[in-house]
Amino acid sequence: MTQAMFIQHLLNSLTLGSLYALIAIGYTMVYGILRLINFAHSEIFMLGAYFVYWGLTLVHLPWPLALALSILVTAGLGVIIDQIAYRPLRDAPRISALISAIGVSFFLQNVAIVFFQAIPREVYRPSWLEDPILLGEVRLLPLTLFVPALSFLLMLGLIYVVYRTKAGLGMRAISKDIETSYLMGVPVNRIIALTFGIGSALAAASGIMWALRYPQLQPIMGVIPGFKAFIAAVFGGIGSIHGAVVGGVMLGFIEIMTVAFFPELAGYRDAFAFVLLIFILLFKPTGLLGVKPEDKV
Amino acid sequence: MNTDMILEAKGLTMRFGGLTAVSNFNASLPSRSICGLIGPNGAGKTTCFNMITGFYKPTSGHTFLRGQELTGMPPHLVCKAGIGRTFQNIRLFNNESVLENVMIGCHLRQKTNWIQALFFTPGHLKEDKAIRKHSLELLEFVGLERLADEKANSLAYGAQRRLEIARALATKPGLLLLDEPAAGMNPQETQELMQFIRVIREQFDLAILLIEHDMKVVMGICERIWVLDYGVTIAVGDAAAIQSDPAVIKAYLGEECAHDA
Amino acid sequence: MSRKIPILLNVLAVAALGLFLWWAEHSLDGYKIQILNLIAVNIILALSLNLIYGFTGLFSLGHAGFMAIGAYVCSILILSPEQKDMLFLLEPAYDWVQHAQAPFFLAVIAGGAVAALFGILVGMPLLRLGDDYLGIATLGFAEIVRVVANNIPRLTNGALGFKGIPSHANLWWNFGWCLLTLYCILRLVRSNTGNVLKAIRDDEIAAKAMGVDVFRYKLLSFSIGAFFAGVGGALLASLVTTIDPKMFLFTLTFNVLMIVVTGGLGSLTGSVLAGVGITALLEWLRVVENPISFGSWELPGIPGMRMVFFSLALIIVILYRREGLMGMREVSWAGMLAAIGYKGKAQ
Repeated sequence: MTQAMFIQHLLNSLTLGSLYALIAIGYTMVYGILRLINFAHSEIFMLGAYFVYWGLTLVHLPWPLALALSILVTAGLGVIIDQIAYRPLRDAPRISALISAIGVSFFLQNVAIVFFQAIPREVYRPSWLEDPILLGEVRLLPLTLFVPALSFLLMLGLIYVVYRTKAGLGMRAISKDIETSYLMGVPVNRIIALTFGIGSALAAASGIMWALRYPQLQPIMGVIPGFKAFIAAVFGGIGSIHGAVVGGVMLGFIEIMTVAFFPELAGYRDAFAFVLLIFILLFKPTGLLGVKPEDKV
Repeated sequence: MNTDMILEAKGLTMRFGGLTAVSNFNASLPSRSICGLIGPNGAGKTTCFNMITGFYKPTSGHTFLRGQELTGMPPHLVCKAGIGRTFQNIRLFNNESVLENVMIGCHLRQKTNWIQALFFTPGHLKEDKAIRKHSLELLEFVGLERLADEKANSLAYGAQRRLEIARALATKPGLLLLDEPAAGMNPQETQELMQFIRVIREQFDLAILLIEHDMKVVMGICERIWVLDYGVTIAVGDAAAIQSDPAVIKAYLGEECAHDA
Repeated sequence: MSRKIPILLNVLAVAALGLFLWWAEHSLDGYKIQILNLIAVNIILALSLNLIYGFTGLFSLGHAGFMAIGAYVCSILILSPEQKDMLFLLEPAYDWVQHAQAPFFLAVIAGGAVAALFGILVGMPLLRLGDDYLGIATLGFAEIVRVVANNIPRLTNGALGFKGIPSHANLWWNFGWCLLTLYCILRLVRSNTGNVLKAIRDDEIAAKAMGVDVFRYKLLSFSIGAFFAGVGGALLASLVTTIDPKMFLFTLTFNVLMIVVTGGLGSLTGSVLAGVGITALLEWLRVVENPISFGSWELPGIPGMRMVFFSLALIIVILYRREGLMGMREVSWAGMLAAIGYKGKAQ
């Protein structure tokens, strides 16, 4: 492999990793506060991309507006899903909420199939993202730099919210002990709603960038990336935002670099994440950066 | 190792990270004795139970049951060796019937298995009948036989506690650990409980170690008492010795109780 | 009631079923017979998942994986070597795959057995995990099975899968296996071992304290469930005569989960009833997906509408009646007779 190709692969890894990381953050935040695996998150990712497509082709909005609106609408959708399908089950056994999440996930997937039909669509790429840049022998789409850059900015924004605002403090409190948070006057339901909103917004951003990078929209486009991003979150330490980022980026690297060095494994690419999952659950279930809770007898 | 002692705990210590929950707990329980473990809340009593029954692996120390080393054994093997227990916050099999709860306790000593159940072998049918009979007898002993087919979580609190005891007895223990059996009882019920515990010891030929806050019960039936405070054993002895021990009075009993007992 | 009465009633019920099947075979059209076949297979699948999840409390989402294993093993054994010669286009099959043959009954058992073996292999590491992690891990296992099936052409013919699988799975085989599954799981659940499984579901810690080797019994339940899932998959393969990795997506597990939840986690009766109801419902909903013609008008079909209703139904069940149709109750002869006023001798 030439040096140019290697750099290409590295940058692709970073791009893919950032996309996974953004989705993983949503999973980890919801799991951290509710101990719920939000299966529907992968559909949020998908819908973010579809809303932009709609905005561009049906309503003919300019790009920035389509982007902003899509993120807003998707964030709202995430909040609504929580209110309708998860909130009534807060006191139920955890598995009930999980089953509900699975139901919502299938529901959204199939609504998308009904509405958009399984015909893949293409999202229009603005030209400034398309024209390749040449750095020595490396041919780059500006997109390849844009994705990690934007992701990084979004994550910085998130870190600010979580560690420097009152709402973020509330989030951290709830993830430690939801009962006490209620008692301490934390507006638990509102913060949960905010968490869903933020997580969904990030997933939407990821979905849109994904659609730019791999410009094929399909109603089931969220399933595999969503699952992999969840695995990345577990890998990094479920409940930990830093873990989600680390896990996501690492998964991106593992996926691309392994196939780069062992092209014959390309067909198994999707299985890497699952194998990784099983390994991590067996040997360090709390993930790279996670903490183990004690069982009270 | 003294085999007149049913249970020997030597130097049991439990550390969770930086916190030492129990420090150097030593105890020898004579066979067929009724003993007590007392101390303020958070003193480490249930932690001792958990170490003895294998739910926690002691940071250091050893446990012996009739001379056999139990330290580090998983809970189900500890039960198999002969220790039964009840829980501070009742842990019944809520969706099962009262009878099924006790039958589950009998499963440990069962000889036939589910494959024989598939084929309706006479051996299995016989054993199944015997288990039911034995379970009903245990329910009779605790006075719950009429509720045999009721769901466990529909029982009144006191009945649930008795069911837990019946279930533990079904495992045929040589030592029974009772975690706060008198919790939530009025004086009348407490008297009955004291007598009940004595009868259990007689009828089932076992030793009993109880954690209890109700001093009437403890002083009334315990032959030997260990007192824990912040994980440290501050006194050991019989009822009279404990009641007059200044360290105990200071930590736990207070002036009034010292006069009452 | 004397012990003989339920046995007599059971025999009568089986005889009635036999009569019904005989009538159906001769009087119903192929479409309806196919639905009956699917009902039998779905009941087998639902019972096996209910054993694992409803009775033992193990939230396993890997059912499609075990089904796939059963399907492929059985197919390899009932396809003739000549058929396999023609099927394996990408690459020739391994020798032992090429020549493996077995009569249908044994092939189905083999499918179940290999699935059970994987159940043990996979269960040993994974069953230590808690609730939702177990779900994700078993889902991961099912996905790995699918990806492997896609990528080993010499074993599974890769993405092409198998076509023209001999269709031995008629009403008699399917319902026969269904009754066998019901019998086995019923006996297991009614025995004291069954009580132990339920104890594990209700309170693992208390179960351990009562001497139950929780891990061992979780593994037992899991592998028995895997066995019958494999049987279901094997029968399905012979029923639909074509299989490929795309058939064994998470959607398949979802459908079985739906049946189990709707029928009632912990109720075998529920699984049977829901198996009938949901299979029928799914087929009926197909109407919505196909174009409907009214004379010269045609309403276009809406693909995906079926699953929209279906998933919405699951959400509603879990929100408003999470115990499903039967909760944990069963219908028994004693119960039914009592309901119509017959008490019989005191037991």
